[in-house]
Amino acid sequence: MLEFPRWKVWLVSLVVALGVLFSIPSLIAGTPAAASWPKWLPQYRISLGLDLAGGSHLLLEADARDALKQRLQAKEDEVSTELRRDPRIDVGDISTAGGRLSFLVRDPTQVDAAVERLRKLSQPLALTGNRDWDVQVVDSTRVVVSPTPEGSARALKDAMSVARDVVRRRIDPGGTKEITVITEGGNRILVEVPGVEDPEALKKLIGQTARLEFKLVDLSANPQDVQQGRAPPGSQVLPMADGSGFMAVKRRVMVSGDQLTDARQSFDQDGRPDIDITFNTAGARRFGRVTQENVNKPFAIILDDKILSAPNINEPILGGRAQIAGSFTVKSAHDLAVSLASGKLPVKLNVIEERTVSAELGQDSIHKGAIASIISVVGVVIFMLVTYGRFGVYANIALVVNAFLILAIMAIFNATLTLPGIAGFILTIGAAVDANVLINERIREEIRRGRRLIDAVETGYHEAFRAIFDANVTHVISAGIMAYFGSGPVRGFAVVLLIGVVTSVFTAVYFTRMLVALWIRRARPRELHI
Amino acid sequence: MKLLKLVPDHTNIDFMRWRNLALILSLIATALSLGYTAYRGLNLGIDFVGGQVVRAEFAQPVHIDDLRARVDRLGVGEASIQALGNDRTYQIRLPKPEGPETASNVVVTKLRAAIPQEYPGARVDAGESVSGKVSGELAQSSAMAIAFAMIGIALYIWFRFEWQFGVGALLTLAHDVAMTLGFFSFTQLQVDLNVVAAFLTIVGYSLNDTVVIYDRIRENLRKYRKMSILPLLNLSLNETLARTVVTSFTVLIALGVLMAIGPQVIFGLSIAIFLGVVIGTYSSIYISSPVLVWLGVQPDSFLRADDKEEEQADAQPA
Repeated sequence: MLEFPRWKVWLVSLVVALGVLFSIPSLIAGTPAAASWPKWLPQYRISLGLDLAGGSHLLLEADARDALKQRLQAKEDEVSTELRRDPRIDVGDISTAGGRLSFLVRDPTQVDAAVERLRKLSQPLALTGNRDWDVQVVDSTRVVVSPTPEGSARALKDAMSVARDVVRRRIDPGGTKEITVITEGGNRILVEVPGVEDPEALKKLIGQTARLEFKLVDLSANPQDVQQGRAPPGSQVLPMADGSGFMAVKRRVMVSGDQLTDARQSFDQDGRPDIDITFNTAGARRFGRVTQENVNKPFAIILDDKILSAPNINEPILGGRAQIAGSFTVKSAHDLAVSLASGKLPVKLNVIEERTVSAELGQDSIHKGAIASIISVVGVVIFMLVTYGRFGVYANIALVVNAFLILAIMAIFNATLTLPGIAGFILTIGAAVDANVLINERIREEIRRGRRLIDAVETGYHEAFRAIFDANVTHVISAGIMAYFGSGPVRGFAVVLLIGVVTSVFTAVYFTRMLVALWIRRARPRELHI
Repeated sequence: MKLLKLVPDHTNIDFMRWRNLALILSLIATALSLGYTAYRGLNLGIDFVGGQVVRAEFAQPVHIDDLRARVDRLGVGEASIQALGNDRTYQIRLPKPEGPETASNVVVTKLRAAIPQEYPGARVDAGESVSGKVSGELAQSSAMAIAFAMIGIALYIWFRFEWQFGVGALLTLAHDVAMTLGFFSFTQLQVDLNVVAAFLTIVGYSLNDTVVIYDRIRENLRKYRKMSILPLLNLSLNETLARTVVTSFTVLIALGVLMAIGPQVIFGLSIAIFLGVVIGTYSSIYISSPVLVWLGVQPDSFLRADDKEEEQADAQPA
């Protein structure tokens, strides 16, 4: 008991000193003192959860059907581009019904060649040995290209990782904010943006797929058929964005938003908001060629399958720059420009959970939580003091050290403090002294049994430790399960409990034992007042 | 300085004398709790049934009926409105709308826009919307978490002690959780994710007491091999009583402060844990210990096999 080597004393003292040092930046955050904290000292800080800092939490779920539909459309473009190449294979009756692409090969002798070329387009998937698309011939001249389940799964996974990056770019074009955008459970994206109190703008920004396409208007279509939704072969009917009716456009995409390098809000000659876009080299070349071939014909600017406008091509557009006109406000033009510049979402995202807390409410929670913490500590400290005297003082020192250590560890791991986390902190204060209560009661007991002072203290620490250990394991189990199953705020609570369990065993058992040993060695007391 | 002793030295309460009475009362209370919960149900928050909640702070005092009338006019469903502490802070809860998953989000948008229009100077402090899909998952994972925690801890106790102790721990936990459920059903306090966190904490903390007492029982079983089980349980309970009372007291001080002046949002969490500590203290004495008697824990339960043989050899005449 009394053998507490000097190096151990130094080591424990060092841990305690570091704990205090590392917790200070979090404690003074937001106060004037923070500015005078020297740069060469640790700067780690606890981050605040959205329920304390204020901000928006959105859970987005990918519309898997939409992702697969988009994928099929892309496949259709790819297939028609491939078959149009030399030697050209003429096809007709293209359909994407039922989640697969099917078409007739006009010349029956070319069926095998078509299948051969399409099979080459499909990619083998690692590990499974399957390919991402399955190409088959039905009724001798109809080719059916259908997605394999593995291919679809892979595509959805890729789409999610692209979507995550797109969402991040849209919310934070500058890449400077501390936002969280992570994929969860395969088809979900969690977005957390501190400081945003009105999530509506956020939702608008994310809610738009922003798939931009330029297609030629099909002038051969019968206007009456178009209004009834019927389009000539090779064309499709799309609605106007302003709700003024429908228009038939060629299925083939002239150039798409994937080939943009930049988009920004601007004004046209009449001072109306529009969007300036710039194509990359390939896009510019293609746009130039198509406009050259179609002078004096209208083309449609299509956003998410709605026609924004259908201007006439007055002259070839060769510089790779264009303006998108539409009935925009400055704000909507700006938002669309951000969305276009960040790329299209490969899948439509729906908001399935939203939680927003204002900064004022968060500040109020911090304030009330801090006051409650301080009063709790004071209450427990007084109680321990009147109950155990000197040993209560040791337990109290351990309690305060424990509070610093919890904060320090949270800061070092950049853990997030949430509102339930504050409750966890207060609970830990109440429970951390449990170990000391166990030890002190045991010492009292051993003294009643007539043991000598040093012997009683030694037995007390030794015998109490078993119960302390087992009791703390039960906490670790429940807090661990909470951390695993819980979401955001609840996980924050569990993390504080877990850290508190570990640090409280250190402070309440090891640290107080050192204090008691040092006291006994120095004062050589004859009897214990406990 | 005279030190405070909540439990005087040499306290010797015959706890086990009332064990049958306590058991009957506990069984009745547990049955009533579960029955009442089944009959009345819990006031489940949007976390578990979906829907939306908006918390608003108004510049002037607002009458609840006036607010209700104006919210009704929006046509977003029947609102349940609750004042939060004063007549300027309200929580407006709306049911999950019919239709697709995204519909619930639209309603919040509408309400969020309407409040500052209807009441100048009003501020929406917090808004939440949870779709049916997410709430279903949350309910399921919460129930699983509580079940796993209970079973995990019981297994650990079994592993560290004996199977009777594991069963005792599990019954104690079931009792505590049932009673707390009954409390939430009776008071109709809202059950949200935070309350589930509280339940898990109760599972951990209620066993804290039990483990300390079990540890002492194990120690005494090894020490006093000839003592019969009832006096041994009484001895162990009395020896640990001071600690049980002091620790519960410190935890209740901390939680009491949190309940009284802490943030309103976590009131449910604080009161659940507060109650759990009280119930857990009772059940560690009157559920977990008597169970050991009925499950037939004997003084030799902790002897290793070779010790037992040795004892048998001693008992036989040479």
